[in-house]
Amino acid sequence: MSGAGRETAWETVIGLEIHAQLATQSKIFSGSATTYGAAPNAQANLVDLGYPGVLPVLNAAAVRMAVKLGLALDAKIAARSVFARKNYFYPDLPKGYQISQYELPIVAQGQLTIVLEDGTYKRIGVTRAHLEEDAGKSLHEGLPGVTGIDLNRAGTPLVEIVSEPEMRSAREAVAYMKKMHTLVRYLEICDGNMQEGSFRCDANVSVRRVGETKFGTRAEIKNLNSFRFVERAINYEVQRQIELLESGGKVVQETRLYDPDKGETRSMRSKEEANDYRYFPDPDLLPVELDTAFIESVRAELPELPDARSARLAGQYGLSAYDAGVLTASRELADYYEETVRLAPQDPKLAANWVMGELSAALNRDNLAVDSGRLPAARLAGLLTRITDQTISGKIAKEVFEAMWADGASADEIISARGLKQITDTSAIERVIDEVMAKSPAQLADYRAGKDKLFGFFVGQVMKATGGKANPAQLNELLRRKLGGG
Amino acid sequence: MSELHGMGLVELAAGLKARRFSSVEVTEAHLARIERAQGELNAFISVTREQALAQARAADAALAAGRGGALAGIPIAHKDIFCTQGVRTTCGSRMLENFVSPYDATVVQKLQAAGAVMVGKTNMDEFAMGSSNETSYYGPVRNPWDPKLVPGGSSGGSAAAVAARLVPGATATDTGGSIRQPAALCGITGLKPTYGRVSRYGMVAFASSLDQGGVLTVSAADAALMLGEMAGFDPRDSTSVDTPVPDYQAQLRQPLTGLKVGLLKEFFDKGLDADNEQRVRDALRVYEGLGAKLTEVSLPNLPLSVPVYYVVAPAECSSNLARFDGVRFGHRCDKPRDLMDLYCRSRGEGFGAEVKRRIMTGTYVLSAGYYDAYYLKAQRVRALINADFVRAFQQVDVLIGPTTPTPAFALGAKTADPITMYLNDIYTIGANLAGLPAISVPCGLVRGLPVGLQIVGPHFAEARVLSVAHALQQVTDWHRRVPEGWA
Repeated sequence: MSGAGRETAWETVIGLEIHAQLATQSKIFSGSATTYGAAPNAQANLVDLGYPGVLPVLNAAAVRMAVKLGLALDAKIAARSVFARKNYFYPDLPKGYQISQYELPIVAQGQLTIVLEDGTYKRIGVTRAHLEEDAGKSLHEGLPGVTGIDLNRAGTPLVEIVSEPEMRSAREAVAYMKKMHTLVRYLEICDGNMQEGSFRCDANVSVRRVGETKFGTRAEIKNLNSFRFVERAINYEVQRQIELLESGGKVVQETRLYDPDKGETRSMRSKEEANDYRYFPDPDLLPVELDTAFIESVRAELPELPDARSARLAGQYGLSAYDAGVLTASRELADYYEETVRLAPQDPKLAANWVMGELSAALNRDNLAVDSGRLPAARLAGLLTRITDQTISGKIAKEVFEAMWADGASADEIISARGLKQITDTSAIERVIDEVMAKSPAQLADYRAGKDKLFGFFVGQVMKATGGKANPAQLNELLRRKLGGG
Repeated sequence: MSELHGMGLVELAAGLKARRFSSVEVTEAHLARIERAQGELNAFISVTREQALAQARAADAALAAGRGGALAGIPIAHKDIFCTQGVRTTCGSRMLENFVSPYDATVVQKLQAAGAVMVGKTNMDEFAMGSSNETSYYGPVRNPWDPKLVPGGSSGGSAAAVAARLVPGATATDTGGSIRQPAALCGITGLKPTYGRVSRYGMVAFASSLDQGGVLTVSAADAALMLGEMAGFDPRDSTSVDTPVPDYQAQLRQPLTGLKVGLLKEFFDKGLDADNEQRVRDALRVYEGLGAKLTEVSLPNLPLSVPVYYVVAPAECSSNLARFDGVRFGHRCDKPRDLMDLYCRSRGEGFGAEVKRRIMTGTYVLSAGYYDAYYLKAQRVRALINADFVRAFQQVDVLIGPTTPTPAFALGAKTADPITMYLNDIYTIGANLAGLPAISVPCGLVRGLPVGLQIVGPHFAEARVLSVAHALQQVTDWHRRVPEGWA
């Protein structure tokens, strides 16, 4: 495939604009509720509808949330930020302008560190994050010949987080987006629900020849609302641009849309058709002035952030950086893990393996969240305690886990009901070994003649005879001695 | 007992409280005058007779029970820019010909809470854009002093109504002189408060950083009474200021001894009519006689107010009027072919020529490549003008000059050339750019027509501005002059 040559010849440059809906009770400039899924226009008051004479009043909770994000991104919080009007006509934009921030955003010059596939870290610059209101929605379904307008979403608070063009692959872009997703949920400023559009992004993608210092012409892919789409859309777009350039064409600066069904991006509008938004400071709103005391009061509310928590978990529980990263990818998962370890402190590494392994697999399989209550940490801790005190083996534990997942009983109840308690009585195990050896003279002879691989055969036979309950370490030791003629 | 329609707000309030007459009587008397005058003056767009009489009866009941606010039972009119629940609010435009607001403006609410009776909504330049009331979709308002002349604008309907004693007081708004200029041209008192003193919530926006609601009344004492009920912080308007509202009436009688009056040098320019200037200088001599000290003050950047204003105001208006798109309210064209057609025809049909001119100007000055040269530069000059005023108020207590360059002009005289029309606001715009309180009071007649004296004070010095105006009205009777035929 010619692609191998291409990939070494071209470098991808990506910048993301992430829109996160802030989890405020009411809209950014009105008292309407922000709950998702209400009947069309049930959550749009006169301010949201842009009636003559109405005025916006800034929601202080949205400001607090933006500052939280800024602090978590180690960014500069503007002592004075200004709301501006972005003017354009669209039916779902009631006032004919969107209130946003332009020249003076509330947050600037932050950064976010991502882990690359080879385990190294990369710092991605965050140019700015600003507050703005969302627009409404145009509806077409079930409305032949007309367009419906639902303004429930109009005025919902958003924070737009703009990265530097510092990502060099779709994977890096996804890692960055996932990290930001984790962060906003840790901060409890966004519910992160991508299906409902609470967390989405626009990707600016360009390519250039390796060694070139100037950026290539970029295309902006709008409204990507899943990590998978981000990766696919960028990869498609990169290939499209490379093929275009290699065949002597030029990339045009334009807005593109990703079609997940076809797996391709297509042109929405070019730069020539782009709106001149005529930004100017909104005279209806005063500049937002924040003093140090306010900023420090927000800082005092910050929870332990993902990177700090990951480092702490690694140090405190002896976990690998990778495992600590996985466990802290969501605040709920990390909380679950730490609760489990608190209740079953004997082997934190074992707990990590169970949380990342069996538990995560079961949650994924049943499409449940870790805090769904299906298997509280206390019950997993009960199971882990029985492994570490050698009541059951790791293998039996998996059976117990499945039973716990299915019926809500405790590990101890299942172990006793099913008679799964491990055999640790040396004489009992020896008795079984003797029986197995007596039944398998040929294999015994072969083993003693040097076929070491047959050791596993004997282990299997003993386990079969004990219903898997023989303590594996004891079994190994006893079997080795007996087979050796001891 | 003098005629009910000739009394000012203070006199009416006292008479109603003393039960010398009822609100229904007062309201009926004014409604009758309004209805009689409509053909000649066209001061009203809507008259709310039934609603007014119901309010009057309620006021009478309250007054009989010894209750009722400061304006209980007094008929007033609202400029048709203030949203009134259940009553059409047109803003002088075809765009809002059938628009019935689902809510009351804060000003409307407050005056109603004070007991005022709304008798109707007054005519105005379309979206408050104009200085002659000729841009109204509902036809021009005529000046009660001479029906061939304009009443000024944009609050021409409110000014003509008060001048012809159709109402004792009316609300108005002032973006570049829209209260003071028609007050001067109609021979009444007009106060534009400090920006942020009166809530803008429910006032259809023209230029948000300049718009300010205020009052048109016969006297400064009446203005003090009415402003006291309108002013105050409104949590629904982020630009309203949370500072206590003083008792303006109690502070009216401040002695002028030692008052430092600044004569605005830039206002006594070559554009000022000589007779008009003479009337202003006469009033200044009155002030000297009352103990004030006159000094000439120069605001070097003030002559730039008109060009600055005609960049800033259209810029804001181009954005504020974008909501009138035919989608949710207001005029919608017949059978739109597509979205663009809906926008273009709804707006094309709904807006008049002056509004379109300002939307286009505003769109241009905010456009990429022109923003810095126009909008940004205008804002910088605005800051300089502001600084000029700040410096001036370090030397003087109030600034005084003419309100307009000339008395009222003929209908149609300036419609062909927008620039000559714009220059009519040359003396009033400065106070809007700097957000200062300013009042216009009648100071004499020129060729039988009233002219106004403008008094400008520092931010939130409404009480001082009112007391200076009141002092003049204690020793002159220009504000008591009623145009012939309207006494």
